[in-house]
Amino acid sequence: MKLDLILRVTTKLLLPFILMFAFYVQFHGDFGPGGGFQAGAMVAAMVFLYSITYGLPAAQNAVPPGLAQMMIPVGVLIYTGVGVYAMFNGGQFLNYSVLTEDAPHAQALGILLVESGVLITVAGTFVSIFYVFAGRGR
Amino acid sequence: MVLLTLMAAITIGIVRIRNLFGVVVLSGIYSFLMASVMIVLDAVDVAMTEAAIGAGISTVLMLGALYLTKTHESDPIHSQIPALFIAIVIAGVLVFGTLDLPPFGEATNPIHLNVANYYLENSIKQTTVPNVVTSVLASYRGFDTLGETAVVFTAGIGVLMLLRGRRKSKAAKDQERQNEA
Repeated sequence: MKLDLILRVTTKLLLPFILMFAFYVQFHGDFGPGGGFQAGAMVAAMVFLYSITYGLPAAQNAVPPGLAQMMIPVGVLIYTGVGVYAMFNGGQFLNYSVLTEDAPHAQALGILLVESGVLITVAGTFVSIFYVFAGRGR
Repeated sequence: MVLLTLMAAITIGIVRIRNLFGVVVLSGIYSFLMASVMIVLDAVDVAMTEAAIGAGISTVLMLGALYLTKTHESDPIHSQIPALFIAIVIAGVLVFGTLDLPPFGEATNPIHLNVANYYLENSIKQTTVPNVVTSVLASYRGFDTLGETAVVFTAGIGVLMLLRGRRKSKAAKDQERQNEA
């Protein structure tokens, strides 16, 4: 496994930057290209990269399969939760304008919350599919 | 044009090569070229998705599948003429369909005349979000995106049940066998 040294060190160096870029894409989605789906795919790709250089057990140690599976419904719940919360605040389902006092900023807040729901679902789905897929060979 | 030529060359390569590892690598390259085409067309969001999912994630999943199967495509058993016929007919129908599309980039195309202008004019006023793509996706078309998220959710749950269910039943069988012994 000595030949892996360069790969392992490079992977370790790259991981935080990939995660950082994913969050940049997520939270900067209001201003630049990107959003929850892209960011979720990047988070999942980071776990994939870790898993193919360090092995599946190490990745499952860092991101437990149970957590990844839990993320799938949690994201959808956040999305619908924002919608239902808007209903309780006197608006229609998914009408973000009633989330806070200031309607346009409430829209931005709603978009951010909803996109984070998308990120959680997408990342969870990809990671759990990868786990069951990669775990089949044993 | 260069990109499209390269993509055509890679497609021919994918069809010709029998080594599945080569096919996986080539389809990764194909996805990267597709992402570049999307950047040329100014669709950066789509390019990002294509690069991350098409080139990254699906290549890794394909490699995982390759690990479970043989790495060489077996020779065809049946004649390939009917398949070729169906492929040519479908390609013909698709090309015929593109003839009806409005010319690319024309200002009078239907896509520029309906709701798009409303979104462009009101997005910043109503949502304070400068990126119109984001505000259309998550706010004006929030229901669509909720549906998409639900699709991802359903697909994930479905694949998990399919792949894990079989493994679990095998484990249960082993357990039964042990109990009998």
